Formats: sequence, structure tokens, C-alpha cells
Amino acid sequence: MTVDERVINVITREQHLEAGKCTISSTFEELGIDSLDGVNIMFALEEEFNISIPDSIARQMKSVGQVVEDLTRYMENPQAFKAQLVSNSPVAVEAIPEKPAGGIQ
Amino acid sequence: MRRVVVTGLGVISAVGNTVDDFFRGLVAGESGIGYITLIDNSNLTVKIAAEVKHYDPNQHFPPKRQDYLDRFAQFAIVAATQALKDSGFSPSEEEKLRFGASVGTGMGGAETLDIGFKQLYRDNAQRMHPFTIPKLMHNAAASHISMEFGCKGPSLSITTACSSAANAIGEAFRLIKYGQADSILAGGAEAPISYGMLRAWEAMRVMALGNGNPKRACRPFSRDREGLVLGEGAGILLLEEYEHAKARGARIYAELCGYGMTSDADHLTHPTSEGPARAMRLALEEAKLNPEEIDYINAHGTATLTNDSNETRAIKAVFGNKPNIVVTSTKSMHGHAMGATGAIELIATVLAIHRSLIPPTANYTVPDPECDLDYSPNQARERVVNAALSNSFAFGGLNAVLLVKKTEFAAGRAS
Repeated sequence: MTVDERVINVITREQHLEAGKCTISSTFEELGIDSLDGVNIMFALEEEFNISIPDSIARQMKSVGQVVEDLTRYMENPQAFKAQLVSNSPVAVEAIPEKPAGGIQ
Repeated sequence: MRRVVVTGLGVISAVGNTVDDFFRGLVAGESGIGYITLIDNSNLTVKIAAEVKHYDPNQHFPPKRQDYLDRFAQFAIVAATQALKDSGFSPSEEEKLRFGASVGTGMGGAETLDIGFKQLYRDNAQRMHPFTIPKLMHNAAASHISMEFGCKGPSLSITTACSSAANAIGEAFRLIKYGQADSILAGGAEAPISYGMLRAWEAMRVMALGNGNPKRACRPFSRDREGLVLGEGAGILLLEEYEHAKARGARIYAELCGYGMTSDADHLTHPTSEGPARAMRLALEEAKLNPEEIDYINAHGTATLTNDSNETRAIKAVFGNKPNIVVTSTKSMHGHAMGATGAIELIATVLAIHRSLIPPTANYTVPDPECDLDYSPNQARERVVNAALSNSFAFGGLNAVLLVKKTEFAAGRAS
């Protein structure tokens, strides 16, 4: 299974979504994922990929495509990815919407 | 002075998952105690508990919501939903600002923590689930009730072991009485049946084993009593300011008019009779009632060797050696639901007033010379109950007594 598919499966399962609702182009807001859901998804992704996602990465994830991209880059070279995050740090915080318009599913 | 009345009831317990089933079971003397089914009981010394039966969370919560809810918080919401529906109260946006939630719990989301630590320590999990904290926090029940029903006024969680629910209700009573709120969903919730919790309780050596007959394991005030039986569930009452209730034409079950709270300041687990007696006197004083005006006491009555004789002494210290009062322990049937028990028992007390029917002390076998009050053994009692007490006494020496009466009953010092 590709990283895309695994991420989509995890989000679908954790959010109790109908199959097919979560796609690579979905944003967290569209899927009704709030900040608390976000930490749950990060936890499930850590279990799925057997990795440890730093808070700084977790906080900036706000769409499925971005999760896939960040996870892929992080798993290729964790140190380099973290270093880049630090240099970008002012924007890498609290990007997950507090309360999406759609509410919790 | 503002008066506080009970206008809605909700309960989920080993004896019944609705108010009617619960009270019918109590009056029939039906014990809800049995072998533990929620977890594997094979390694346990104490294999019995008063578990809630036929409970399916899917009937109450969508899967996504269940992820956030420990069993104790689920019970709290289920009971609060019943209480609010029962009351017919549908708060306006303005009323919500003075609508509160006050929920006692002894252990909060103990099961969540227990499972999380098992995974962490024994299964070598690398991380705890991120919902561990929001699920286990003791205020989860009050917060979920607030969110569910729009209680935007005071929201409280109280933890005083076995007195938690009585204190939560008592403090809610005071908030309404002194004007900080007009209506509060108040009670308690507990779900302590997890492996770690049960082993911890076993170690206290206060638990009944049941010896092959779980239903008869809890025998309050009997000479052969052998200890308490852990229970689970929730009880929630809608407390409302009297004029507020009257204005909307609410059905009033009873008036909550006295609350006594004392501390033994003596021993962590061994009670005094002086502390409980003082709490009962304080409740009478606040209600402006004389001791002889009390018809019924729903006792703490845990069926431990120490509590029942001690509580009997305390009652006699306040009400005399031969009071004309029926004293029953409904824990004989719903078990000791810890932080929920005071609310479950206050509901039984309120219904005794409302229906002129006192549930019995079930499983009564042999009289104990040190427990010589009228415990209505094994048989419900038809009796007009004008005023009644519900006693809760906790480890730590914390005593909470609630006094409820018929709204129109105002004798004694008040007259």
C-alpha cells in the first residue's frame, strides 16, 4: 500500500468517515477535523508508520495531501526535515483549524 | 429565601436503566449484583460487582463521539438526558446562562487510565492515546453535560470519594439557593470496574465475596454482613429554583432544603459517629425541621462491618434510641456506585417521597444487636414520607447529608 492509501485509511478509520469521502485533495476542514481530532490522527499515523511525529510537524498539518507530503519527507530524512521546520518556525504553529465550519462529523 | 426543587430524574444502574425500572426493581428487592462480566474475572479474588446491564453505547452515541467518552461520562450523559427529558425543561438562550452542571465522581475515567497504563507499562507501547486526558479528567462528565445541553452557568466536578455525588448535589443546591444559578443538572457518575481498580479495592479488605451467591452478597445491617460490593452507573437530578419551576408548570418531585457537610478530621478510613451525626443535624437545621419530622433515611449502609454499626450509632445520636424512622440501604441492590451512589440514592429517596413507598434493605438475614433500627428488611414499606435524608459518608472522613421533603410540608420550627 502506498503512503497515500495508508494515510487515507487511517483518517477514514479514526474519523469514522464513509469510504471514499477522504481523498488526497481533502482538507482537514472539509473533513470536519478539529484540533482534538488532529492529535488523534497524528497518534494513529505514528502507530501506522511506527514513527514519532514532532509537535512542530503535527501542528502544521491541515490537509491530507500535506500530511502525505510531510510524512514522506520526514521519513526520508527526519533530521533535515526538522531542521527546515525550525527555520520556518513562525508559520509552523497551530495551522489546524480550531473549529471548522462543518463541525465534528 | 430562594427554594430549590427537584423536577427531573435520570438514572442508569445495576437495578435499572430508567427511573421506572430502577424504582420498580428496588421496591421488589431485586439485587443487580452478579459475577463480573465487563472484564475477565478469573484472576480476581472479588469476582462480583453491580454492573449496569444491557448497556449498548451505540444506542446513545455515534462511534466518533464514543472515542471521546469514558464509560463514566457516557453514564452521566445518559442519566442527564433522561432527567432533562423527564423535567420538560427546554432552556431559552437566556436561561442557559443560569443553567449549570455539577457532577460528582470518585475516580473519573479510571478505566481509560488503567488501560492506557497497561499498554504503556506492560505492552511497552511507545505513547499514550491522545484522548487519555480528555477522557479520564474528572470534570469530563460535567463538561460533556454542559456541551450537550447548553449549561452555560456554573459547571463543577466534585471528588470526595463516596460522598462525591451528595456533595455535587449539595453544592448545586447552594448555588441555586444563593442566586448563582436557576437550574442545575446535578448528580454523580462512576465506572470503576476495571482490572486495576478492582485489585486496588480488593486490597482494602472491605469487599464482599458473595460466596457463590452474588445476588445476596451485600447485606447491610445484617449481623453476617461481609462487606461492600462495587457498583457503577450514574444518577442526575434537575434542580430548579422553585418559582422558576412553578412558572413553567413543572412537575415537582420534592424540595431539596437541607445539606449538611462535615469532616471527621480523625482517620482516613475508620469513621467516627460524631461527624456523620453533625452532618445530619446541619441538614435538619438548614431545613428548619425537627428530628421527629423525618420519616425515612436512605442510609449510606455499605454493609461493611464498621459502617453499618457506626451509622446506626450516629442516627441514634440525632434521632433517639427508638426513632419512628425507616432506615434502608438500597446499596443491597445497586451496589456501592462510589462517586455516583449519593445521586442514585437521592433519586430513590425522592421517589419514596413522591410515591409514598420506601424501598427495602434487601438480603437482610440475621439481626445485629449493634444495628437495631427499623431497616424495613426485605420488604418495601408503604408510608407517607414527608421528609427524608440521604446519607453519604466517605473514606477520608467526609460526610454529606441531603434533606428532601414534600414541597408543601413545612412543620416544626418553620411553622
